[in-house]
Amino acid sequence: MTNSFADFEKAKSFLIIGSNMSEAHPVAATFVKKALLNGAQLIVVDPRRTELASMAAAHAQIKVGSDIAFLNGIMNVLISEGLYDKDYVQNCTKGFDALKEKVKEYPVARAAEISGVDQKMIVDIAHRLAKIKPMMLMYTLGITEHTCGVNNVLSCANLQMLLGNVGFECGGVNPLRGQNNVQGACDMGALPGVFPGYQKVDNPENRAKLEAAWKVQGLSAKLGLMIPQMLDGLLDKQVRGFYIFGENLANTEPDIAHIEKVLAGAEFIVANDIFMTETTRFANVVFPAAAWSEDDGTFTSSERRINRVRAVSIPPGKAKPNWWIFKEIAKRFGHDWESSSAREIWDTEISEIAPSMKGVKYSRLENDGLQWPVPTQEHMGTPYLHKDGKFTSGQGVFSAVDWTPPAEVTDKKYPFVLSTGRRLQHYHTRTQTGRSEGINAILSEETVDMSPQDAANMGIVSGEMVKVMSRRGQVEVRARITEEIPPGMVWMAFHFRESCANWLTNPVFDPITLTAEYKACAVAISKIS
Amino acid sequence: MKATNEGVLLLNGKEVGFIEGQTVLEVAQVNGVHIPTLCHLKEMTPTGACRICCVEIKGMRTLAAACSTPATAGMEVFTETEKVHKARRLIVELLVSSGQHNCISCEANGNCRLQDLVYFYHIEKQAFASPEVPLYPTDADNPFIVRDFSKCILCGRCVQACNEMVVNRAITIGYRGAKSKVVTGGDGSYMGSDCVFCGQCVEVCPVGALVENKGRGTGRNWETKKVRTTCPYCGVGCQQLLHVKGGKIVKVTAVQDAQPNKGRLCIKGRFAYDFIYSKERLTTPLIREKDQFREASWDEALDLVASKFKEIIGSDGPDAVAGVSCARSTNEDSYNMQKLFRAVFKTNNIDHCART
Ligand code: SF4
Ligand code: SF4
Repeated sequence: MTNSFADFEKAKSFLIIGSNMSEAHPVAATFVKKALLNGAQLIVVDPRRTELASMAAAHAQIKVGSDIAFLNGIMNVLISEGLYDKDYVQNCTKGFDALKEKVKEYPVARAAEISGVDQKMIVDIAHRLAKIKPMMLMYTLGITEHTCGVNNVLSCANLQMLLGNVGFECGGVNPLRGQNNVQGACDMGALPGVFPGYQKVDNPENRAKLEAAWKVQGLSAKLGLMIPQMLDGLLDKQVRGFYIFGENLANTEPDIAHIEKVLAGAEFIVANDIFMTETTRFANVVFPAAAWSEDDGTFTSSERRINRVRAVSIPPGKAKPNWWIFKEIAKRFGHDWESSSAREIWDTEISEIAPSMKGVKYSRLENDGLQWPVPTQEHMGTPYLHKDGKFTSGQGVFSAVDWTPPAEVTDKKYPFVLSTGRRLQHYHTRTQTGRSEGINAILSEETVDMSPQDAANMGIVSGEMVKVMSRRGQVEVRARITEEIPPGMVWMAFHFRESCANWLTNPVFDPITLTAEYKACAVAISKIS
Repeated sequence: MKATNEGVLLLNGKEVGFIEGQTVLEVAQVNGVHIPTLCHLKEMTPTGACRICCVEIKGMRTLAAACSTPATAGMEVFTETEKVHKARRLIVELLVSSGQHNCISCEANGNCRLQDLVYFYHIEKQAFASPEVPLYPTDADNPFIVRDFSKCILCGRCVQACNEMVVNRAITIGYRGAKSKVVTGGDGSYMGSDCVFCGQCVEVCPVGALVENKGRGTGRNWETKKVRTTCPYCGVGCQQLLHVKGGKIVKVTAVQDAQPNKGRLCIKGRFAYDFIYSKERLTTPLIREKDQFREASWDEALDLVASKFKEIIGSDGPDAVAGVSCARSTNEDSYNMQKLFRAVFKTNNIDHCART
């Protein structure tokens, strides 16, 4: 996030796109709702009528995957009516002319046709967005989990720069990160192209710096593989040894049947986990790990805030902290790593290596943590990035992007769009929430959520078991009939194994980030009896 | 020099400054003068429902509720007069007799504002009789929250928390007069209502009317150590207070005034903590033999992994190994894993599921 959660409560205007915050980031949503009670304006862009959509001044119920067409249409109005922030665009950004040309191709009529949103509403939303400054834009995986995910993100950034909203309190482009430490895992360099602190591996200076810090030689300059490429590598035997730390790939990757085939055929799999999962079944060696609250450490939240986690109980049996396991393997390769606690790892390594975290030491994290960048030990952290439109990289760059439809669209055989996500009560594959007493009693099984119109047409009643089929697989699941879902669409989560949406989802990816298109594939529904 | 929006009033005879818009209660709090409260909830609209914060203000015929009386210049406020204490004592006596306040077995024992007031006023015998049969039965048909209406003092904090703090709008005050009750839409149980089990109402209940079911009987407030930590679920990073007894978490509450959650949690952060005590936890390294896993020592399992990876790297180069880190575990864990792949194996084949 460019900005902070503390802004949510104070903001006067929001655009929430592709995010069902009330379920995926519930506490963040409470602050948005509080701002609404105080009179803030909310625009929601989402195929589903979410809780926040029902509280919004306007809800653009776009067709799944039409975000760019919709946003280009909005920007078309802003530019043609001269409602954008001309000073900001001139002083703080580059590439406006190309954007202007591009959005000309998306007059309101075309944007309306692609997105399914009424022309008047597009114009009205553009006017509303221009009226109140700053406006805060938030998005989640509804934006990124598409084959056009990167372009979706660029579109959101385009809009915010056009409106002059980046670099201010209560403004910005704010992706709410899904998992507790997905931000941190990125920051730590658990990515194929960067060392900790986003220092590129193909830069020789960075390699020299890290070689000195790690007292090694010959760090690889070659970009590594991303998960989908690793899985392909397992299939064609280019990857022979595969180490899975914590992830339950056999449930979370699209097209489970395919993934299981890949994992079953792998030569050697090592897993660190706290439970046996659908994925550890395929491992050759499983290491028992300490869980949350059994080890000290830090998580970095969506707002770049580095927070402490503290140990209060002892890991069961012989379970050990994950960092210890990696250190022990390194030792067997002749590398003696000095740090032997999370605190030491942070204070003597991470904060020394990553410039944006240089000022962060455990002694400074006792209370509310710190939001990076924190360049020095005197620095108090950075609640919002690109202050006053002064972009870290110089100027904000517009990217003219075109709308592209999802890879798989509906047809006669598969007439419904399936979109997926998480629900409030459970988390991911339920390895944790499913084992926390009581949660299963509140939400005990998956449902396929569908519109009353479609249900009526097919004679499906609420609670009836139905079959959902895609080109990849099929599941039997109970129907939940709800006004949240528009006709032509169905929605499922991936919390329950038998009825996991990922038996159905399409393993096609954004070409740059290789994020899978979890949000759109084509399915058919049939009654069982 | 004073800014125009500042003023001065007399608090128990002492001159104190205030900022326009502050209530008498806030002025007292800033100046270290204790005024008891029950219904008052920080940052929310004052309701003045309980009147326990009553104070005497010169020139006013009746006592005023400090929480909802704005401070004005020259005001003379008295917080400790006989009249004030008499009124507060009566309020406490009425509250005690309004239901079954049985402290001995109450989960809130030691953490109850009503109990504190009874203690403060040395109320040893009930002045008025309690109703023999509770007006409303206890609602306990959900796994997380017990609603004991016989202990409810109708202060309305839960209603305010639900409607103004977390804005879930699941409960309100229903019925009238002596029959008043905190109700869901349709006055059913929490289960099946609009309640999303965030537990905010429990967090703010000043007595034992709303208590957490899972932690019942596992540790009294004075027995538990409170340790601050960060929620392990979503990317908001809510700050939790773990209530720990004997090395075990018995309850989780929110850290007040902390960024980013300011005293709030959701169903997962508040109630989904006990997976760590599951009997299904992995407790020993495991090595696969054909279709079965067998237990192994750390040394055996680690040696096996090291030798297999050495062999693969030796014959096919470092890029023949790849790793996926965990977006749920700590920074330090992810850091060490990428260091293992980069500094030891010499490959950048390290990723995590940044994309789900
Ligand atoms: S648990 Fe949350 S949603 Fe339910 S009544 Fe209490 S505050 Fe409201
Ligand atoms: S308490 Fe809920 S909203 Fe807060 S971090 Fe945990 S899961 Fe997210």
